[in-house]
Amino acid sequence: MTETPLSRALAAFALDPCALGGLWLYGRASPLRDQVLGALTGALPLPQRRIHPAIQDEALQGGMDLALTLQAGRRITRPGILSNPAVLIVPMAERVGPGLAARLAQALDQGRHALVALDESAGPDEALAPALADRMGIFLDLSTAPPEDLVLPDLDPARRGLPLVELPQGGAADLVRAAQALGIAPLRGLLAALALARALAALDGVALATAAHLAEAAALALSHRARPVDEADAEPEMPPDMPDDTPSEAKGEPQDLSLSDMIIAATRAQLPPGLLERLAQGPARMAQGGKGAGQVKSGNRHGRPLSARPGRPETPAALDLLATLRAAAPWQSLRRAEDPRPLALLLRPSDLRIRRRAEQSDRLLIFALDASGSSAVARLAEAKGAVELFLAEAYVKRDHVALLSFRNTGAELLLPPTRSLARTKARLAGMPGGGGTPLAAGLDLGLATALQARRRGMTPMLAVLTDGRGNIDRAGSPGRAGAEVDALQAARAIRAAGLACLVLDVSQRPQPELAMLAATMGARYLALPRAQAGTLARTLTAALPD
Amino acid sequence: MTQAAPQLAPLSRRPTYPFSAIVGQEAMKQALVLAAVEPALGGVLIFGDRGTGKSTAVRALAALLPMIEAVAGCPVNSPRVDMVPDWARVTDLTLVKKPTPVVDLPLGVTEDRVVGALDIERAISRGEKAYEPGLLARANRGFLYIDEVNLLEDHIVDLLLDVAQSGENVVERDGLSIRHPARFVLVGSGNPEEGELRPQLIDRFGLSVEVTTPREPKERVEVLIRRDTYDRDPQAFAAAWGAEDAALCARILAARARIAAIEAPSPVLYDCATLCLAVGADGLRGELTLLKAARAMAALEGAAKVTRAHLRAVAPMVLTHRLRRDPLDEAGQGARISRILAEHLP
Repeated sequence: MTETPLSRALAAFALDPCALGGLWLYGRASPLRDQVLGALTGALPLPQRRIHPAIQDEALQGGMDLALTLQAGRRITRPGILSNPAVLIVPMAERVGPGLAARLAQALDQGRHALVALDESAGPDEALAPALADRMGIFLDLSTAPPEDLVLPDLDPARRGLPLVELPQGGAADLVRAAQALGIAPLRGLLAALALARALAALDGVALATAAHLAEAAALALSHRARPVDEADAEPEMPPDMPDDTPSEAKGEPQDLSLSDMIIAATRAQLPPGLLERLAQGPARMAQGGKGAGQVKSGNRHGRPLSARPGRPETPAALDLLATLRAAAPWQSLRRAEDPRPLALLLRPSDLRIRRRAEQSDRLLIFALDASGSSAVARLAEAKGAVELFLAEAYVKRDHVALLSFRNTGAELLLPPTRSLARTKARLAGMPGGGGTPLAAGLDLGLATALQARRRGMTPMLAVLTDGRGNIDRAGSPGRAGAEVDALQAARAIRAAGLACLVLDVSQRPQPELAMLAATMGARYLALPRAQAGTLARTLTAALPD
Repeated sequence: MTQAAPQLAPLSRRPTYPFSAIVGQEAMKQALVLAAVEPALGGVLIFGDRGTGKSTAVRALAALLPMIEAVAGCPVNSPRVDMVPDWARVTDLTLVKKPTPVVDLPLGVTEDRVVGALDIERAISRGEKAYEPGLLARANRGFLYIDEVNLLEDHIVDLLLDVAQSGENVVERDGLSIRHPARFVLVGSGNPEEGELRPQLIDRFGLSVEVTTPREPKERVEVLIRRDTYDRDPQAFAAAWGAEDAALCARILAARARIAAIEAPSPVLYDCATLCLAVGADGLRGELTLLKAARAMAALEGAAKVTRAHLRAVAPMVLTHRLRRDPLDEAGQGARISRILAEHLP
């Protein structure tokens, strides 16, 4: 049997999955992934349980089995998936919302579970929830790996040896230094690397982990946590004196510094280029609560639930089963006396309860900023200032904000819907300007963002801040005529979607063409020559519906 | 709704990571200890990076506190038999020692689970209208911990803060009319990068601290080594730190016994008011919390009365989140507080 890096990583995980927290497998379903899961099945020391991203609390934590309880007339509970130690396999892990992620993270922290996250995310707006990503000890990119025949060795000898494995002197200090150079701040990854180094040493049947084990472990445990070089370099320099080094130096090991270099090199080598880009965007890609089709709970948060009220369940109103049972329950013994049928539950139409929710879905404000060269630098700064002021209000109202800019040949979503003001502000400040005015592209992207948000149950609104007519068409080529046709087309699409929007003309002199465009969009048009940031924000607030 | 999850099998239960063994994060530890001395402070909000030991600290603190004496079968951990609520229909009235409860409030929890609801089991099997207590009942006399409080639905947070402040859970639903004591220390934690807490809610937490990942290599190495030692042999590690934890526990108990007798001279009261005015805090909650926290600090230190030094020590935790602030200004709230402190408490 041949040992490959992949089989070695899997064997190390299978040796003591709980110590490593989890295994993050990136890539779509493939023969290789099936092989990986198959190999793990035979090797893991714990039973495996598959959980779906939409799993309910009852199934996870255990609880009353409603059907059986109704039949038997006494409480029948069933254990949840988390009640017993297990390795949890999560397909479509990128769809795990923050609620489930928090619960799984809590379970992982207790050290009795491990998680295999099958991350099938495709676009940059999907990713494993950060609470889980931080707890995954090993990251393996299966999307580009060639298929191979996976055979895991017999792990029993290694498992017996594992508790006895010691780390090299000063190993932790080297790891910390390497992590610093890679710009990895959180400490969980380092703990995973230590545990992994032990597991690798145990696989090799040695009782003292070597520097090579540490480097190998770091490559597996840290690569997905590293940040791109430029950001990492901005980290504060470490002080040169490191008292922890003294033992290893005393032993006359000149490789001390080179070990951390080795870790850095090994970790960097493991980094797939595209991944780094995605990671740089950080928590932006977190799965939103309750996103996607098939999820019964509507959208983002369709308001807070109100108490159920009597009524017949019809299409828009769902039956509230628990409330219905609660309503029926106290009458059971009375009804039993007059109804001899051997039914477990005697329901009356008056017991039916329907679910109600206060209509109060979250607002999303999408700012589409014209950052073209014609929108002179000063005006751009004013528009930025207005958005900032408006953000402060959004903060109080708990509105979500998204930011996109259009310039040069296309539009770019600078910030997907978020509530984090600090990040919005940072993106806004770093927004570049210059180039042509691809108005059509900006409108298209604004609409796409709005529709996506609407699917998540938010109420989107679009504010377009521009200084005039577009001169770049959808294909990105210059030409005023083509650009205008495209812009009008985009505007009509926005109108058809019934999107609430607002066009703010921030040019020196009001542009009739822009007013016409706004009319086509069904938008309010406001000309703000010489706008001050304060007036802009006030206008925005007044113009958008509550 | 249904009761909590079936308890984990005891065989693999490992001892909690000892509180004293947490490296650094002094502000967080101090705030939690103050809240343990004076539960009326109104909770602690811990905001900061992932993997900085926020939940470890909360669990560790609860494990360090002495067992509470409570009626065995009582759902709200009543200390005396005559305090057991009548809806509870407790059968086992013996007094037993229970560990200080730490109740986790998971994201996505329903209101039913939090406040309690009609007991379906009893309703179905016996046709009785009975109340099944929720998480708030279980947390009475202990800690209620919410990780990622900034992601919790707003109406649940409102409800929690309300109960935390009044110390009583009032249930008026499903034809039930029940009230029971719910005195707990509310601890919320979160990562501001994933969304902020509503400003209206922030200042209802008594204390707030910010935690960051340690940047000092030496400290980071120490964290790694300790955690690694713990993971390999939790029993031995807990035993090694047992004495320190016990000493801290004794300090907290002594402070609790002392706190009622600690005087707050009127110049200190003036200082409290001046500070809160300078910060621009709304209402009187700031002053009261500042005074309580300073008193708890004095009790911890064994002082007979509150001094300016105590005020200075607790002011950042009490006031930072009450600063009348520009939400977009991320530049040093801590710096503003120290400036105000230097100006008004020379």
